[in-house]
Parts: sequence; structure tokens; C-alpha cells
Amino acid sequence: MTVYDEIADARSACLDAIAAAVDLDHLSTIESQLFGKKSALGGLKRLMGQVDAADRAAVGQALNEAQEAVRSAHEQAKAAYLGAARRAQLEEERLDLSESPGGEERGHLHLVTQATERLEDVFVGMGFTVSEGPQAETDWYNFEALNLPAAHPARSMFDTIYLDLGERTEIGDGEGGEATNVLLRTHTSPVQIRVMEAQEPPIYTVCPGRVFRRDTADASHMPVFHQIEGLVVDRGISFRDLAGTLDEFTSAYFGSAIRSRLRPSYFPFTEPSAEFDITCVICEGDGCQTCQRTGWIELGGCGMVHPNVLSNCGIDSEEWTGFAFGFGIDRLALMRHGIDDLRDMYTNDVRFLGQF
Amino acid sequence: MKVLLSWLREFAPIEGDPAELAVHLSDLGMAVEEMRVIDPLPGIVVARVVDLRPHPKADRIQLVDVDSGDGVPLQVCCGAFNMQVGDLIPFATVGTVMPNGMEIATRRMRGEDSNGMCCSAAEIGLGSDHDGILILPDGMDLGVSLMEQLGLAGDVLFDLEINPNRPDAMSVAGVARDLAARLGLPFAIPEPQVVDSGPEVAASCAVEIIDPDLCGRFVARVIRGVEVGVSPQWMQMRLALAGMRAINSVVDVSNYVMLELGAPNHTYDLALVPEGKLGVRRARGVERLTTLDDQEREVRAGDGLIVDGADRPVGIAGVMGGATTEISAETEAVLLEVAWWDRESIARTSQRLGLRSEASSRFERGTDWQLLDRAADRFCQLLNEITPGGVVVDRGRVDELGALPSPVTVPVRTSRMGHVLGRDFTSSEVHDLLTPIGFEVQPTADDDVQRVTIPSFRPDTETETDVAEEVARHYGYGRLGTSVPRSPDAGHLTPRQKLRRHLRQVLVGAGLYEAMPNPFLAPGDVERAGLDVEAPVRLLNPLAVEESVLRPSLLPGLLRAVGYNASHRNQGVRLFEIGAVFGAPPPGSVLPDERERLAVIVADCDAVEATSLWRTIAAGLGVVAELVNVDDAPGLHPTRAALVLVDGAEVGVVGEVDPGVLEAHGVSERCGWIDVDLDAVLAAARAAGDRAYRLVSTYPSSDIDLAFVVEDSTQASAIESTLVLAAADELVEIRLFDVYRGDRLGEGRRSLAFTLRLQAADHTMTDDEVGGIRQRCIDAVQAAHPAVLRS
Repeated sequence: MTVYDEIADARSACLDAIAAAVDLDHLSTIESQLFGKKSALGGLKRLMGQVDAADRAAVGQALNEAQEAVRSAHEQAKAAYLGAARRAQLEEERLDLSESPGGEERGHLHLVTQATERLEDVFVGMGFTVSEGPQAETDWYNFEALNLPAAHPARSMFDTIYLDLGERTEIGDGEGGEATNVLLRTHTSPVQIRVMEAQEPPIYTVCPGRVFRRDTADASHMPVFHQIEGLVVDRGISFRDLAGTLDEFTSAYFGSAIRSRLRPSYFPFTEPSAEFDITCVICEGDGCQTCQRTGWIELGGCGMVHPNVLSNCGIDSEEWTGFAFGFGIDRLALMRHGIDDLRDMYTNDVRFLGQF
Repeated sequence: MKVLLSWLREFAPIEGDPAELAVHLSDLGMAVEEMRVIDPLPGIVVARVVDLRPHPKADRIQLVDVDSGDGVPLQVCCGAFNMQVGDLIPFATVGTVMPNGMEIATRRMRGEDSNGMCCSAAEIGLGSDHDGILILPDGMDLGVSLMEQLGLAGDVLFDLEINPNRPDAMSVAGVARDLAARLGLPFAIPEPQVVDSGPEVAASCAVEIIDPDLCGRFVARVIRGVEVGVSPQWMQMRLALAGMRAINSVVDVSNYVMLELGAPNHTYDLALVPEGKLGVRRARGVERLTTLDDQEREVRAGDGLIVDGADRPVGIAGVMGGATTEISAETEAVLLEVAWWDRESIARTSQRLGLRSEASSRFERGTDWQLLDRAADRFCQLLNEITPGGVVVDRGRVDELGALPSPVTVPVRTSRMGHVLGRDFTSSEVHDLLTPIGFEVQPTADDDVQRVTIPSFRPDTETETDVAEEVARHYGYGRLGTSVPRSPDAGHLTPRQKLRRHLRQVLVGAGLYEAMPNPFLAPGDVERAGLDVEAPVRLLNPLAVEESVLRPSLLPGLLRAVGYNASHRNQGVRLFEIGAVFGAPPPGSVLPDERERLAVIVADCDAVEATSLWRTIAAGLGVVAELVNVDDAPGLHPTRAALVLVDGAEVGVVGEVDPGVLEAHGVSERCGWIDVDLDAVLAAARAAGDRAYRLVSTYPSSDIDLAFVVEDSTQASAIESTLVLAAADELVEIRLFDVYRGDRLGEGRRSLAFTLRLQAADHTMTDDEVGGIRQRCIDAVQAAHPAVLRS
């Protein structure tokens, strides 16, 4: 029996032992039998000294090969048992994921906030800042500074809610001291006045916010609603700039298919004044029920800031000119989401709020 | 303002597609709200009533035989009883499709044939009168189309929205002037022809303007031989289409002149005005009179009055006439008043009395004082034309002047015009655009400046800018072109606005829904929410008492929102609001104390969860806040509420809503509550994007656990604060991980166990260092609180 035969026998015995192992534990109990100093191959290794020097390399190689084969067989067997054990464990962990309950729901911003932020973003992109001011205002900021002195017939355009602060109780019928009346602002224009008082031109700002009218709530009116107004005062500002700015805003906000147009109108605080129409967003100008078949819908009012308004704020109307515009935010939200009744936006029903 | 195309054509030869005319009208600032081409209705003919008989089986309808031109009586069943044999009526023949879409067919009504339909004015689109069949004037041809004979077939009715600065456009002539100018057509108001062959007017009529600041001009004429009757059909039709009811011939002519020329006027029965004397003055204190609508009215000092020779009020100037001098069937002589009133006086009086009429709305905007004599003449001419046999007009006019506005002439710089409008106009363009609408434009020595005289029918036009608007309007807004100015600065939100947006995202991330409750409360809502507000701000003129208080807190509105949801089976709602609350003006301020607050209400949530939610929000904002238990926070659970302190200052509350308050709002779930001042919170906030980097140490950290036994009255947060201070720079995290109560500790005491993670930025801490910090912490807590280390 040659040493090679002995090696082959030892190798077979080891491989048989591995093959005979029944589980992972068994496999580890035979480890010393396979690799230990007293193992068959280990014993042969110790006999290497007795092998002829000429054969030593060949015998060594045979021994190494045998040892490698056993190790590899052992490892494969071990991996197979580990894999099977892992698979068994994973199978035990099997879940029906459709059984899982709903997770934590994210919250929702009110539609008015969403519309306001979207509008602010468009205007910020156009180089505007965002200005804010108080909701309770004096008659001066809401009316007089805006070229609407007491008894001006156009005041009837604004159904105003006045506050009872215990002292003055006379609602402006033209006699004395209306400037100290305190009211809930009927538009965000008083913010424009405050900005012009506080800041030297150039001014490029928008004023979003809550406004109030003494209106009975119905599908398209609320006594409390939201507006955004814009104001630009700079050197050389013209009506053309107003038209261009509104047109740029219109396509930025509503999409490039929507255009704007201006029609003559009247507001005491602007001259020339205009009504600001946009292409009907429902039919894109073809004519439908929403736009009464005209292809246009009225969005808001605008115009060149009246020189009296500028001078009320200490701005020289010869050096500086400006334009202003304004429109409702709530209605934009209604249009965007196809809501028929404005009152639905203010029930605070989570089934409404949670949709957006 | 409703205008008929045929009426406009009496002032200018306006032709063309009505739809294009409508575009021009809108582009001129007279927005066309509706355009209606009048249906010629060829099937509706003039017929004569030849017999009337009761229906044998029905009381509410009668049988009418009509002759529709062929001499053969046709039987019709009719529900109206206002006609008589011989009357001419509009008759819809079988097969006619009515304006409402109904097709007329032969029908049997309770056993009787009906071969057509007798029509009311409303049924054929001539006004709003549904009561009875329209009785037509004599002299119309039987069997011939009614609309044809009225000259209305194919006419166009424009319903225009007129802006307050366009008093001129409150008349047919004014609209025609503007449209003719746009179309480049000639425009003229025809001179009325009046033969005043009666006695001298001064013999029977005198007017005294006592308060000239009230009445700028008063023109009066006297017309005799008046027969108050029915005005002709064409006049009635035009009035009806303009939205006014026909009353009688005199009133109809008066209204017709107002609509046509924009000159409201008033008629008196001359016999009822003693000596024909009228005076104009302001009321002296409270005075009373009965107006045309038989209402007793009270005027106050300053209101304009027309008085008779005995100084008794006979009319409220420019607003409504008095009952005592009203035109009646017996009236033979009419005293006509055409006056110019101070705009503001009329506005004030009509607003205060709640009396707004076609006349007052025109006076408020300002009428044309130069046109008064012509309007008076037009009245005489028309009344003469429609009165069979004519009338006799007294010779001359009474024409008294008060204080009139002086003619306005404005220097207008062509360069400035270009500057404001963004297009360079030439002087001659300006001239050519303004002249057709009645402005006089004259050159001056300065090439850039023209002198523009404003016509008396445009009182709202006073300045160079106003004139620029007229130039732009007639040139066309759409033709001025567009350009986009650029701000020298980049657009941006303020830091506060950015932080508020960030806060909203944090709130949304915490699963909260944004609510917007009504800021108006009912009296009692504040108390019902358990709040203690001495005097909430009230509205002076609320729409309803339930909305008469301005909220001093966000609590009532959010409670109502939770209650609303609960009543709709929406449980466990999580709402927040960022909104203004109002308090009485602080000393020295005119305006109320207005503050923006953040409030959160979460149903089915206790104070502990609410506090965790607040910690999430505060962490999201980078706000370091302290909580101090409080027993008397208004509206809150007395043993489950804490004040929120930032840098030692109170900024709000957190906790649970008082169960009694919840009960009063029909809410059965516990509600967690957070309410903080937004300014204070945002001032302390640092959004993640604005925070400076704090080095993450790469050296090993050590954890120490410390438990202290304390009385229940000692707040956990107080112990924690002490530990934070004591551990100082090496503390990277601290957490309360256990609260233990047990017999061994004794009644009213508990053990609070904290774990502190210590780590140095630049070295591995030694056991000695860690031990030193541990001892420092123990000493500090035991020194500052009645606390004992639990061993």
C-alpha cells in the first residue's frame, strides 16, 4: 500500500464521514476527526518526515489536495445545513403584509394655505417679497390713504365691518373723525400703504392675507376670505409693465395656455384702472358655462397707483410710478379643485381637509 | 344699464355685428354682462278681442274669441281677465315657438278648444309684467307681427356694467358717444323742438335756491293741457327693456328722458304747488314728509329738501318726490324740475334713508349740469308728441343757479402720458382720441403740454392721470403692449415667513390637519370655552349676533371644529390653526391687540401625548422650551396643564382641554391642547437649515444612570434642568427612562430615573472624569431639590 493509497483512503473516509453527518451539530462533532492532529490526514502529515526527499514534494501536494477536498466538502455541507436552517427560520416568519393596519397619516395644509404658498412662490420667483399687516385697521389705512375719503361714493363698493372699541360708535356718514374708526380690512391694500410708508422705492411686493366684508355667506361669498395684492413702485413703471407682469404671472401660475387681458374699470386707488381677465381655465378659451361662453373669466382688479395714494405715503409721484393688482385666493382654490361651494372650505371637516 | 341698439342709433349711425359691438363696449370699460338679440317672434301677431265668454266648466279661465286678421273668430282659453272686447293684444298663433321654448299647439282645455295664446308682456320678452295680457295701443295692424310693428325685430339689448366714474355712461346718449368715438362715427344729441306758446313761465312758477352748495342749477318748465294717460307702446317697450315699469304718460316721459340723457327729473302737479313756488334748502334739524311711495320719511339736518312757498317739504332733493304734489289722473298742468345736485349730499341722504333710486344713483355719480335745459326741452317735446292734441308749454324756462363746479382745464404733458402708459403718444394722437368724447384739447407754447378742458358730463375726470386713462381707454388697453419690470433685488420670503412655512411642515409631518375656523364668535362662546376675557372686541355692525365677537383665542373655533367633526362621526381628529386673535387696544394704541398664535387640538389624546406632540414641534423648530405645571390655565384641565416657557418667558400652554368645556361642546373624547404665541416661538426658533454644525465626537461615550426619589410636587423637568446644567458640555443626551411609584418609596413620592450619555469632543473620557461628572450631578440635584439619590 503506497502512501498515495493511504492518502486516498483517508480522504474517502473523511468524505464519507461528512456525507454521513445528519445535521449541523453532528458536523461540528466530527470536526476534530476530520482536521485534528489525530485525524487520519493529520496522522499522515506527521509521517511526512519518513518520506524520501525526492518524493516529499509530490506526497505533500497529494496530502494538501486531500486536505483541501475535505475542508471544502465540510464547508459545503456546513453551508447547506446553515442555509436550510435559515430557510426554515424565514419560513416560520412568513407574514401576510396585506393584514397590516394603516400607518400614521400625514397631516394636510388648508387649501387656502396651499394656494397662498403657491402664489407667493410664483411672485418670489418674479422678484417680489411678501408683506403682511394687521387685519384690524384704521379707516385711514383701509380707505383714506387709498384715495377713498369719507363719503366717497365708491365706499359703498366695500361692505365694511367696523369694530366696537368702546369709544367711537358712529359709522362713517361723513361727519367728523372717521380716520379713527377701526374696522376689519376689506382688502389687503392697507398693507401696501404700510409698506410704502416704511420703505423707500423700489418696491416689489405682494400682500396675501385674510380680509373681511359684511357679506352673507353663500356658495361664492364668505364674510371672511383671502386676497393677494401686488405692488410695484419704481422709476419708469408704466401700464405696459402692469400688463406684462400680470401676463407673466398668469402663465407661470395657470400654465402657458392661459393668457391675461385688461379692460377699463374703476377703483379709487388706481388710475388708469383695469379689470384683469384670464383665459377661462376650464375651456381654455373655447367658451363654456363657467365663462358664460366668453372664453374669459374675471380674476381681479388692477391699475396704476393713483398719484394721491403715492403722495399720501410720502412718495413723489413725478419721480416714482407704480402699479397694483389684487385678486381672491379662495376662488383660485375652488377653481383648481372643482369645488362648487365656498362654504365647504370652511367647515373644517377632516373628510374635506384630508383630500388635499 | 340696459341699452337698445336702435336707441343708440338715434345718436350715431352705429352699424355692424352686435357681437363685435359688444367687444368694443367691454373694451371701453362698459362690460357687456348680457347681449340679447330680440327674438322677432313672427308667429306673434296683433289680434283684436271680439268676444269674451265664461268657460262652462272652469272658473279660472275664460273663453276669448280673437280676430287675428282674417275676420274669422278664433276661440282661445285664457287665464287672464284684464282685457275687454275691442282691445288689441299680442296673440301667439298655433305653431309659434315662444321665447321660453314652448310651442303653441291647439289644445282642449276642459272640453273647449284653444287655438293659440294671448300673451303677457313677460311672455314675449318685453319686460317683467306677468299680470294680465298686454293691451296694445290702437292703430296697429291685425295679423301682422307685433315685433315688426314695434320696430323691435332684430334689435339688440346690451346689459352694461357701468363703473362709478362713468356717470356719462348712465345714459343712452353717453354710451352712444363713447361707442361712436371708438368706431370713428359722428355723434350728436338732436336739439329738441319745443313750441312754447303758453304764458310766460315766470307768471306761474318761481324757484329759490336757498342753499346754493346743495343745488347748482334748477331748471323748471310748465306744461299745460296735459292728459295723464297711457304712453305709446314704443315708449313703454323701451322703458320695459331698460328695466323700468310704465306708470303713466307723464312719469314715463320723465323716466325716458332720464334714461336717454342721464338727466333725472321730477314732475309736480302745478295745481298742488301753491303759487308754483319751490325752494331748495337743507333740512334744519329733523323734518318729516310723506314720499311718493306713501312712506312717512324723516330727514335730518343737512339733507336736501324741496319746499313749497310756505316752506313745507314737498320732496327729498334728488332722492324721492313727495306725495302731496304727485301727478294724478286729474293733473292738467305739470311743473317740471330738472336740477343738478351736490353728489355727496345725495349719496349721504339716500344711503342713510336706504332709498336708492335710478335718479339718486345718477345724482350720486354726478350729472351734467349743462344739459339740464335740453333735457327739460326734450321732456316737453316728447310729452307734446305723445299727447293726443298736444300740450301747451309756457314760454321760457325758470333757470336758477347755485354753486356749480367750475370748468376744469388740465395741462397734460404728452411725455408724461407716454411715461404712465408705456407707449409714446404724439400730441395729435392725444387730441384725436380725446376730442370725439367731448374733451377740448388746445396746444400751448410748450410743445409737450396741451390744455385739456374736461366736459361737464365727466365730473370724475380731474387730473392729468385721469386724462391719461381716457387716452388709454380709447386707444385700447390691449394695444399698449407688455413689458416686465425687474426688481433690483432677488425675491424672497422673510426669515419669519420661512420659519412659519417650516413650522407648517413640521405640523403636517406630525399628522395635523390645518383648520380655518370662523374668527367671529357668538356672545357666550368665550365663556363656554372656559376663557376669562374681560371684554372681547365686538363688531359694531355684525351680520348676525352669532358672529358679533372677534375671537380672543383660537380655542372656541377649534373646539367647534372638533364638535362638528364629532357630530359627523369623525373621531380622533388632529387639527391645528395659525391665526390672529384680538384683544382690547393696548394703552396708546388705536388698533386692537392683534397677535398671531399657533394652536393644536387633538381629540382622543391626553395631556401626556399633547406634551410629546409639543416636544416634537419644538424640536422641529429647534426651540428649547421648559414646561411648568399650572393649575389655572383658562379652559384647560386644572391638573393636566403646563405653561410653556422659552428663556424663562411664558409663551403658551400645553395640556388637556377642561372636561367641562368639552362637555359644553358636545365632545366626548379627551382633547389635547397646545396654544403658543407665534412671534415668541418663531423668535426662538432655528430651522434646521439655519443651524451651525456641532461636531460629532469620534471618541467613545459613557452612559450613567441616576435615579432620584422626589415628592410628587417636584417636576421631572426641574430635575432634568439641573442635571443638564450640572453635566455641562460633556452631556450629549439625557432621557427620563423610568418613573416608579411604590410602597417602599412612601405615599406621594416617586423615583425618576434618567440616563445621561457623556462624551468629550477631543478625547476618551477616563473613569475618573465620568465619576466626577456623576458626583457633580448628584450633588447639584440634591442641593437644588428635595431629592435623594436612589441607591
